[in-house]
Amino acid sequence: MKTDIILAGVGGQGILSVAAVIGEAALEDGLYMKQAEVHGMSQRGGDVQSHLRISDKPIASDLIPLGCVDIIISLEPMEALRYLQYLKKDGWVVTNSTPFENIPNYPDFDKLMEAYNALPNKIIIDVDKIAKDLGSARSSNIVLLGAASPYINIAFEKLENGIRDIFSRKGEAVVEANLAALRAGRG
Amino acid sequence: MKKQLFLGDEAVAQAAIDAGLSGVYSYPGTPSTEITEFIQTSPLAKERNIFSRWCANEKTALETALGMSYAGKRTLSCMKHVGLNVAADAFMNIAMSGINGGMIIVSADDPSMHSSQNEQDNRVYGNFAMIPIFEPSNQQEAYDMIYDGYELSEKLGYPILFRITTRMAHSRAGVVRREVKAQKSISLEENAHLKYILLPVNARRQYKKLLEMQDVFLAESEASPYNKYFDAPDKKLGIVACGIAFNYLQENYPDGFKNPVLKISQYPLPKKQLLKMTEECDEILVLEDGFPVVEEQLKGYLGKGLKIRGRLDGTLNRDGELNPDKVRKALGLDVITHYEIPTVVENRPPALCAGCGHRDVYEALNEVVKEYPTSKVFSDIGCYTLGALPPFRAIESCIDMGASITMAKGASEAGIYPAIAVIGDSTFTHSGMTGLLDCVNSNANVVIIISDNETTAMTGGQDSAATGRIHNICKGIGVAPEHLRAFVPLKKNFEEMKQIIREEIEYKGVSVIVPCRECIQTLKRKAKKK
Repeated sequence: MKTDIILAGVGGQGILSVAAVIGEAALEDGLYMKQAEVHGMSQRGGDVQSHLRISDKPIASDLIPLGCVDIIISLEPMEALRYLQYLKKDGWVVTNSTPFENIPNYPDFDKLMEAYNALPNKIIIDVDKIAKDLGSARSSNIVLLGAASPYINIAFEKLENGIRDIFSRKGEAVVEANLAALRAGRG
Repeated sequence: MKKQLFLGDEAVAQAAIDAGLSGVYSYPGTPSTEITEFIQTSPLAKERNIFSRWCANEKTALETALGMSYAGKRTLSCMKHVGLNVAADAFMNIAMSGINGGMIIVSADDPSMHSSQNEQDNRVYGNFAMIPIFEPSNQQEAYDMIYDGYELSEKLGYPILFRITTRMAHSRAGVVRREVKAQKSISLEENAHLKYILLPVNARRQYKKLLEMQDVFLAESEASPYNKYFDAPDKKLGIVACGIAFNYLQENYPDGFKNPVLKISQYPLPKKQLLKMTEECDEILVLEDGFPVVEEQLKGYLGKGLKIRGRLDGTLNRDGELNPDKVRKALGLDVITHYEIPTVVENRPPALCAGCGHRDVYEALNEVVKEYPTSKVFSDIGCYTLGALPPFRAIESCIDMGASITMAKGASEAGIYPAIAVIGDSTFTHSGMTGLLDCVNSNANVVIIISDNETTAMTGGQDSAATGRIHNICKGIGVAPEHLRAFVPLKKNFEEMKQIIREEIEYKGVSVIVPCRECIQTLKRKAKKK
């Protein structure tokens, strides 16, 4: 059993927290895990991505080869498309539907959706709205993780425990808010 | 022991702490920053009183680390690849003097220039200084090699250059820790002065010793458990895989290697194993991230003899970091993709944060320099380098730490007017102060804007060496107080900002303007903590 994931978004959206939760869950499950992430200059409002690999056998490369990704999880609808060359033929794309428009030439939303039409397996979900409705706008990233959770090959309780591990430093209220976000995303 | 998830950088830091570290001396730079940050926030490091404040630059860091080693304690110095250029003077000479307490110098190289001005491969520096180099292939090895590296450094009496790349530094994996060792107490060497005073009489002796040690370093490499020979049936090709390139190779051979493979993680190059490969195999493919350092050494003069493939003959790309697909192509295997990137996808370059003070500085500066069509603005390394991109397009240069001030000086002496430099507060103390002294001594006609956000922002908000003291430093260097100006870069001060810049452009001499407003990111983090 091996799951290769690309997490995508714009610097500051919180993809590294998603990676951290999955990482903790994988570790608790006794799985091998490798995760390559972006730091430094690119984080300042640029496109960011993280390669995340989970397996019950040792993992060789920190980077995923082209055409091998099981699931692209993206906090931004254009950013998911940037990594399509990595997607398996029957792989899934789970993306936030709300654009992050910090460039002058950001494409038409309809054109983005046309590109999504060509994909067999996708979930396009307004995680910003779900998070806002829950009263914790900053947990859209965890709502998204909830939406992606059925495709990750890790038991849902393990992801919940991952959230407890990662957010426990920030207090019980933050843990509960994020657990609620995870469940809401799963729908 | 339970595995813990560590970034490569964090594995390095944890290993150094566990091996009995007493002090880490570094300047922040991507991708090396998280090593020192980890030690700064580690409860165990705090308990052990490990010294861990940021230094003014990489040279002061490395020299201070040598001082700690002189006293017999274990020490670490971390920098990005171009940081070793700044510390190169000390680095080359520490290889001559040797060390006392174990010393590891981490160079975090950045092939593909994710966050850097060049791709330099610092294994070249390691060879140049003729000291052992370590290059781990995964996070566990990074941990183990640092842990064991202190023992080896002390056994040999020389520092070890520990080379990682961005991919290794910023990738996370499970790591098993080893027992925590006691820290060393002060122990001084007899006749230490003879080795640490590099007067010609001593330096000549030390150099002979370094040359004699080369055979010992080689024997260590040949016996190193981190260099491994994997035999396989197909001897038409032998593959040498260095550091993290070994992972990309393994990725393409999930069921075991078909060709003999030599994994190299310790240098000098293990001759014995390489000879075995050259005797057995018809051709050799070299996989290494960065420069063709090993490939060039194997090729030999004029490239006669054995057929060697790699980055020099085009089998692999000469620039950019390696990945599994590039290695796959080099092995002659097909790369398969099922989907193309839709044409609708646009580039999203990094940008100055909304609300950042540098934005206001550039907006005011751009308006003023429009009034002076011959003006040139030289800039430097940091967040404010993003002033190069739209909508600002405000700067002409970004070469190395501190070069804005000295380039403006040279341009002004060539007749450019006005010649303006934009530099950040941390960069100014790193390498700008000496250039300012040159300006003062020549009474150069320059305007130097030290855009002060009270932190080292680009690398994530580390302490800056001169917070609150920039004015006094400039005064001390000799800038005339009436041409040492300040303002708060905010929209409401826009006219005042423009007026001050204009006045100082009109002044024919050294002007320093210090716009000061805290970085929006560090401010946000402080607000969150409260």
